[in-house]
Amino acid sequence: MSITFLFLAAFVACAVEMVEALTIVLAVGTTRGWRSALIGTAAAALSLAMIIAVLGPALTRVPINDLRLLVGGLLLAFGLQWLRKAILRASGYKALHDEETIFANEIEHARTAAGGVRGGLDWYSFTLSFKGVFLEGLEVAFIVLSFSGRRGGVAVAAMAAALALLIVLAAGVLVRAPLARVPENTLKFAVGAMLTTFGVFWAAEGAGASWPGGDTALLAILALNLLASLTLVYVLRRRRALPSSASVIAAGTEGGQH
Amino acid sequence: MRYLVTFARFCWEFIVGDDWIVAAGIVIAFGATGLLAHHHMAAWWVMPSAALLLLGISLWRATRRTSR
Repeated sequence: MSITFLFLAAFVACAVEMVEALTIVLAVGTTRGWRSALIGTAAAALSLAMIIAVLGPALTRVPINDLRLLVGGLLLAFGLQWLRKAILRASGYKALHDEETIFANEIEHARTAAGGVRGGLDWYSFTLSFKGVFLEGLEVAFIVLSFSGRRGGVAVAAMAAALALLIVLAAGVLVRAPLARVPENTLKFAVGAMLTTFGVFWAAEGAGASWPGGDTALLAILALNLLASLTLVYVLRRRRALPSSASVIAAGTEGGQH
Repeated sequence: MRYLVTFARFCWEFIVGDDWIVAAGIVIAFGATGLLAHHHMAAWWVMPSAALLLLGISLWRATRRTSR
């Protein structure tokens, strides 16, 4: 049960991050040419592979309870950040993440940016693609490595990430446009709830607690997180509807890509 | 030196994010869970309660700014 749950959490989390990276690469590639954009993407993928190759084996040497405490804490921090933003978006306090708007903005920037071609490379395209793929990919890498709290978890999460990469890449090649139809905000809500659930579960085990019912406690924690989050969305929507409420937090006033 | 500062800022934004209260609360919840478990008391309820409490506080802090 927990393997399926873990696979699903890793798959959706990775797919969401890859959709964001794809939007940047597509915008740069269609505006300024594919060569430099693809070289930047490949360089970022290689850098990420090296980070995973170094950190992955190092994690297997950490005692399992210490590892659970560490990765549980990280997953909880990520999960609560994702949930917080998803709830703010769902309740109207923060602008919705819109891949079409981001794509249009990136294209405008790419068109107006000065072209510095050196050594056969358009460095603007290379840097933007590298940065986009590396930063979004780093989050994927951390999520995959965080699933080392369960034995064999990294392998399952890595398979989920690979499948997500294949599907997002295939969709990107087919449509050659941002994947605006992906219900990104809903997916982020679900990912936030799942990452928080695993974070709570492993962090408590790592700190020395035992769960009543073992792995089945995961389902109860997930249900509790979803129920509490939906209640918070309802409460915040009602509060926002009151006459004293002010405007939406402008998109971009808060950092992070979640 | 500039690269170290940039890297430290990146790590802070990556892990701590928009609200440092959440990260600080997680560390306190770790301590409370460990303390209860050390004294052979039921400790499993601390982390889920702390997660929901921290989420509520963080959202209250974020929306308070726009509701004034």
